[in-house]
Amino acid sequence: MKKEGFQPLAYIGFAAATLLTLTLCVCAGSVALPPLETLGVIGKAILGIAQEGARSAIILSVRLPRVLCVALSGAALALCGGVMQGLLRNPLADGSTLGVSAGASLGAVAAIAFGASVPFLRLAGTMAMAMLSATLSLGIILALSYRLDRSFSSHTIILIGIIYSMFVSGILSLLIAFSGEKLRTITYWTMGSLQGSTYLNAAALLAALLVFGGVMLFHARELNAFAVGEANARSVGVNVKRVRLLMLICASALIGVCVSIGGTIAFVGLVTPHILRLLTGPNHKKLLPATVFGGAIFLMLADLLARVIVSPLELPIGVVTSLIGAAVFTVILLRGRKGDAHA
Amino acid sequence: MLEVQDLSVRYGENQVVCGASFTVQSGEWLMITGPNGAGKSSMLSALMQGVPYTGGIRFEGENLQSMKPRRRALCMGLLAQRYASGYAFTVEEIVRLGRYAYHDALSGFDAADENAVAQALHETGTYELRSHPVSRISGGELQRAFLAQLFAQNPKLLLLDEPSSHLDLAYQKQILTLISGWLRQGGRAVISVMHDLAVARRFGTRVMLLHRGHIEADGAPEQALSPSLLSRVYGMDVEAWMQGLYGVWSD
Repeated sequence: MKKEGFQPLAYIGFAAATLLTLTLCVCAGSVALPPLETLGVIGKAILGIAQEGARSAIILSVRLPRVLCVALSGAALALCGGVMQGLLRNPLADGSTLGVSAGASLGAVAAIAFGASVPFLRLAGTMAMAMLSATLSLGIILALSYRLDRSFSSHTIILIGIIYSMFVSGILSLLIAFSGEKLRTITYWTMGSLQGSTYLNAAALLAALLVFGGVMLFHARELNAFAVGEANARSVGVNVKRVRLLMLICASALIGVCVSIGGTIAFVGLVTPHILRLLTGPNHKKLLPATVFGGAIFLMLADLLARVIVSPLELPIGVVTSLIGAAVFTVILLRGRKGDAHA
Repeated sequence: MLEVQDLSVRYGENQVVCGASFTVQSGEWLMITGPNGAGKSSMLSALMQGVPYTGGIRFEGENLQSMKPRRRALCMGLLAQRYASGYAFTVEEIVRLGRYAYHDALSGFDAADENAVAQALHETGTYELRSHPVSRISGGELQRAFLAQLFAQNPKLLLLDEPSSHLDLAYQKQILTLISGWLRQGGRAVISVMHDLAVARRFGTRVMLLHRGHIEADGAPEQALSPSLLSRVYGMDVEAWMQGLYGVWSD
């Protein structure tokens, strides 16, 4: 019988595709840069060799931190989507359907509107508020779900999540309406953008991905059992309540960090696991690692489109992911109806 | 093996199981039967710790409520009435999940696990189907795949929630025969919820008749399924109905 899990060759293939996309995205833009020169500049920077000139400044100060943030956000959001879809046994589950993204947005928008900040750490106020609000939202959603259904069934959680998202979008509209001179900042932010990202943002995203994403990847076997069914997961020995709570908390915290840095970026968490499930099958031991790489690639390409399609202007990345995501998702659903899709 | 004391299950104001007490010994196949809404599936869910309940459930003297889930899975496993995973796991992936309880978070599959999975696939006749997605096999094959998962899990007590109710006769026979064979291996017991009274009588070593959450009868199949008891519980002449159904086949 063949081995389960992601094989070394698959890791190498996905990692190579991710690095290739990253290089392409750093090279391409309003000023096109040769790949070899770009890699040389990055290599020298890693070795600590000082560099001067406009090109190295574009690569190291503008494009590289942004592309890194985009890749890490894509990986994190797609991973959260894959985990939620397995956990709740529902291919339509992700941060947005669960209400967590809306909750994180509420916290971040409130921080921008009321000027919440942490001294010397730009964005730290927004990040803290987004994480806090995402986790608090999860608490509210779980408390309401528990009140309705003591067994914490997935359907109840998703239903409450959708209702909560609608409620939060009303509050967001209210905040935006009264935001005065911050209207433009908040509106642009809610559409999602990673323009002006820094290495500090990338470090925060990497740390969150390593901690929360690591915990989620570690529970691939449990997620397989959940994806088959809660009763089956309980029967084979999974601690259903503990694992569900742990996964939801990790996903909420990770989404909170992503939202605080890049705003609301829709469809990455929904579409990427769908596409990759066609390639790897539903086994989370293969699907989740593939989703991490796939999410990074998907969002880097979407960000590249956002930068070049109406250059020198730039589209919000959330607009691009929504347009691509809706089209891809429709194709997947139509294929699924014909019985061709795996999920 | 299993000792249930004063078990009650309540959904809001509606009490569906009312103070049930019984024991199950090794070698027994206890058939729980009764009309719709009698509390059969709720009782099974409570045994699996799937719904909140009051009362005590002990397995070989150990309180099930305080037992760790992995340890509980080595004691008992559930075969549900119907599985409808939206994801196309292969038969082999489903069966491999049966070995979950044998590992902590860090240990991987070893040769013993591979052997147990292969043996379970062979015993249930699903070895040839092992690479098939569960979304593309028949209901009977799917039920055999999940039975293979239970065989790989190898608990001492099987809980079955109407395992053959939606299967055709050939698959019903396959599933029930496989379970009978498993039970004969010793040190094991089966509890199943069963609507089909003929199957309950044919395969059960003991029958529990439930009515509105109460145990109306619990004993040998011919006693618990006596015509007078059945008529009272079902509110109809069950004996005449069953003879009308099955009598034609003896002509």
